[in-house]
Amino acid sequence: MDTYYTEPIGKTERIPKLAADLFARMPEIEAARAELITESYRQTEGEPIVMRRAKAFAHILKNIPIIIRDGELIAGSTTIAPRGCQTYPEFSYEWLEAEFDTVEHRAADPFYISEDTKKRLKAANGYWKGKTTSELASAYMAPETHRAMAHNFFTPGNYFYNGVGHITVQYDKVLRIGFAGIRAEAEKELASCLFGDEDYARKSRFLEAVILSCDAVIGYARRYAALAKEMAQKESNDRRKSELLTISENCSKVPEHGAEGFWEACQSFWFVQQLLQLESSGHSISPGRFDQYMYPYYEKDLNSGKLTREAAQELIDCIWVKLNDLNKCRDEVSAEGFAGYSLFQNLIVGGQTVEGKDATNDLSFMCITASKHVFLPQPSLSIRVWNRSPQALLLHAADLTRTGIGLPAYYNDEVIIPALINRGLSLEDARDYNIIGCVEPQKSGKTEGWHDAAFFNMCRPLEMVFSNGYDNGEIASIQTGDVESFQTFEEFYDAYKKQMNYNISLLVNADNAIDVAHATLCPLPFESCMADDCMKRGKSLQEGGAVYNFTGPQGFGIANVADSLYTVKKLVYEEKKVSIGELKKALEMNFGQGFDAITARDIALRVARQLEAEGKTATADIIAMTVHNVLTMELPAQEKARYEQIRDLIDELPKFGNDIDEVDALARDAAYTYTKPLETFRNPRGGIFQAGLYPVSANVPLGAQTGATPDGRLAHTPVADGVSPSSGKDTNGPTAACNSVARLDHGIASNGTLFNMKMHPTAMAGEKGLESFVALVRGYFDQKGMHMQFNVVDRQTLLDAQKHPEKYSGLVVRVAGYSALFTTLSKSLQDDIIRRTEQAVNR
Amino acid sequence: MTYNDVTGRIFDIQRYSIHDGIGVRTIVFLKGCALRCRWCCNPESQEYEIQTMMVNGKPKVIGRDVTVKEVMDVIKRDMPYYGRSDGGLTLSGGESLLQPEFAAALLQAAKNIGINTAIESMGYAKFEVIDRILPWLDTYLMDIKHMNAAKHKEFTGKENTLMLENAKKIAESRMCELIIRVPVIPGFNDTQEEILEIASYADSLPGVSQIHLLPYHKYGEGKYEGLGRPYLMGNAPMLPEGSIEKWKEAVEKHTALSCQIGG
Repeated sequence: MDTYYTEPIGKTERIPKLAADLFARMPEIEAARAELITESYRQTEGEPIVMRRAKAFAHILKNIPIIIRDGELIAGSTTIAPRGCQTYPEFSYEWLEAEFDTVEHRAADPFYISEDTKKRLKAANGYWKGKTTSELASAYMAPETHRAMAHNFFTPGNYFYNGVGHITVQYDKVLRIGFAGIRAEAEKELASCLFGDEDYARKSRFLEAVILSCDAVIGYARRYAALAKEMAQKESNDRRKSELLTISENCSKVPEHGAEGFWEACQSFWFVQQLLQLESSGHSISPGRFDQYMYPYYEKDLNSGKLTREAAQELIDCIWVKLNDLNKCRDEVSAEGFAGYSLFQNLIVGGQTVEGKDATNDLSFMCITASKHVFLPQPSLSIRVWNRSPQALLLHAADLTRTGIGLPAYYNDEVIIPALINRGLSLEDARDYNIIGCVEPQKSGKTEGWHDAAFFNMCRPLEMVFSNGYDNGEIASIQTGDVESFQTFEEFYDAYKKQMNYNISLLVNADNAIDVAHATLCPLPFESCMADDCMKRGKSLQEGGAVYNFTGPQGFGIANVADSLYTVKKLVYEEKKVSIGELKKALEMNFGQGFDAITARDIALRVARQLEAEGKTATADIIAMTVHNVLTMELPAQEKARYEQIRDLIDELPKFGNDIDEVDALARDAAYTYTKPLETFRNPRGGIFQAGLYPVSANVPLGAQTGATPDGRLAHTPVADGVSPSSGKDTNGPTAACNSVARLDHGIASNGTLFNMKMHPTAMAGEKGLESFVALVRGYFDQKGMHMQFNVVDRQTLLDAQKHPEKYSGLVVRVAGYSALFTTLSKSLQDDIIRRTEQAVNR
Repeated sequence: MTYNDVTGRIFDIQRYSIHDGIGVRTIVFLKGCALRCRWCCNPESQEYEIQTMMVNGKPKVIGRDVTVKEVMDVIKRDMPYYGRSDGGLTLSGGESLLQPEFAAALLQAAKNIGINTAIESMGYAKFEVIDRILPWLDTYLMDIKHMNAAKHKEFTGKENTLMLENAKKIAESRMCELIIRVPVIPGFNDTQEEILEIASYADSLPGVSQIHLLPYHKYGEGKYEGLGRPYLMGNAPMLPEGSIEKWKEAVEKHTALSCQIGG
């Protein structure tokens, strides 16, 4: 018998006001954290790194300015400016200094930075030269790895420049015993350490660092307790005064002690969520199964009459707003790849309990309602779907989907649970999974998953097959032979696999170098005290303290590779309509469609290099002339016509995404060229590599680094996103696209797959539209699809939003593993979203 | 020869259709029609002959001959979605009953794999033809466009007598659910009186509990151009805002039917 409450609950006036205040102006970079960490580090030179980290964390929490914003019920802000961000020079800082003057005006995720802040940051940053994780990681990488990165085979930019994040900690434990309880556990563990133990040195220091971190957090909450009290004394409005007094009481009790009521639990949750991100610069710090661990507090207060459903909803709504208050400034290239100011704080509802029963409760519904009330990109709301998910919950979720907010994303327990068991999780742990960041499953509080370890462009090794390892005149990869010598499709495909294997090994080399750098320079004692088995092992997560350790880099461009391989197989080797040499030439000539500025730049660089090698100077005139010549180059009419004819022949071939068995089978196999070699590698924390198949939004900038491909895609245009079919190539409707995508092996891609589908609003109109939508999701999942997400918006609206961004400041779209405000995205990403097939229902 | 080998002529198969029956459906459009409704939004459905229509500036062949097995291979691909929504196959047209053997074979094939079946038709055939498909049919979506025989003939080319009789026989057979659908066309049947007349007839049929009002739209206009035919509804005004809702209210007030706007 279902016992949850499913009726809609209204929103209070407070919520839109909190949200509006947050988005009133451009987010701003602040200098306080950078200054404080630098001050602390200067005083702790020579001490064990884990202690230096803890002391710096304590110094920051003791001194960073604090604020309670108007109308807030949950306190805790990382910056004084709404949606502001701090900086993290211990990971990297040079890119920010280089972008001081452009960061405010760049296309993706601009931030305001004052002259005073620039000055203060510059002063602090001076200390960090030669001390950052990125510099150490770089020093650990093989020369071939640097070369592969320079040639854009993959980018490990995320953890190379930033903290790792990508974790769900034991929120439930903090709610239950507070940091006083965790501190006591650390003390007990410390007391059991014997001076003669072989790991005494590291373990004792780590546990001391944990104790220091717990004290720091308790002290930070007390600062808020004092501030709230002080504000209450000055407050003239009685209602607000009483709210502030409650905030003060809450902050003096949690997160030091266990929470009793729901409001306390919300406050305690929030400090953990906020401070994890202040300790390191990681993103995708994911609240996980909020509806599960918050439920006992909600139920208790509701039953005792202390709380109404409306009041509980308001508190949840307040947390939803606060999740948008946290922000992060990335380098310009990464900002394109993660566009939309997103922190990917993934929060998931529904699914199963550890015993395998349905986990749906009141809060599952209220979390979905909160996203509807707040209507902001964070949290990245997700829902777990399994064969016994209640229809009512799915319809409630579908009703949110059709608002066009791009939330929630749908996940399939029936694929993810076995996939995790295959990676060594226990059945109970696998059933308790949640999603990190975009689409990555993990068991909370036990995993250091390194889920977003890199983007690997599967199209680049394909280019290397045609060029025999050369890229723009330089050797960039291994040589697999002259493509024109391949007599069969199998020879061609073998060469591709070799190119893949080689570059995957370099990707692993890059990730492991970065991994070692984080363990050496940035262990995180606060984060680690909320994950098993760090305290028992006396190791931070970064050093291998977690029960489950993974590294999960993402491959993308499956659809392009599959369609390309099919082209080569059919047109070249089976039907012999085009020779491999002709195809090679057509790709080099961009199918006769002319060259863009990127090609002109590449060729000019090549000319300059050549001149230099000959001891000559590449003058500005020569460069300008080269660029001009490339941009205006006219092919002989006959040659151009043949390339266009080849592209037409390609266009007529069946494509992935149309429910055609032969093409889909090739796509499944093509995905294995990434997922299978990868899982044979190990990381320095004692875990294995596991593949993901999703691009965040990197398919656009990384597509710009990819030449024309045999699927007919022109040079430097976006590659396909995630496991979705190429834009505009799926023409048989949503069920056909779903069937094709479900034919990939999602179970092996245990770091997550991402299937983006754009639905026209008419496809979801009425009760019938919702029911059919739910059937679509369930039908895809019945065929072992893993994840699905939707943009529900018509093309006209998006085009108009490009023209009149001012009218659409609230327009949320689904980008990749997350939603973002459409108008904050760069023009090229906007275009890509518009291009993605609109799955309209005809008639 | 089994029902799988029966051949017929279709001009389209549309997957993930969320109209024209319950759940997620695949609609098979059979080519050829007995009527020539002026407002028809699928003019390429009318001729049985295979035609060429200009689509986006390119000639496109409309119509192909297929076996039941070939059609079923497409239909079966969406089994998971039918299963999750009680959906299935809908035959549309044209008038499917003009290819009686093919229509019956398709419905039988669908029923044999356990999916829901529906037909969208105006019932223009001898009742023996309809009687043959009824064992394989869950829902009959039947068009009744007008109660006045002369006006019906003027706008569609045929009188309505046969169709009205068939509606009654289908209802009396109790072999399937019968739903009456009214395309609401400006200048033809867009008065409350005319709509209520149809509704009263529908209400008098045993077992009929639903009526659908399908508001006129112009999405078919471009197809006439593509076929080189004049669009006779070119100057017709659209239905005034709110009128269809008003008629729905009137239908529900004057009859025991539940009335739905759209398919």
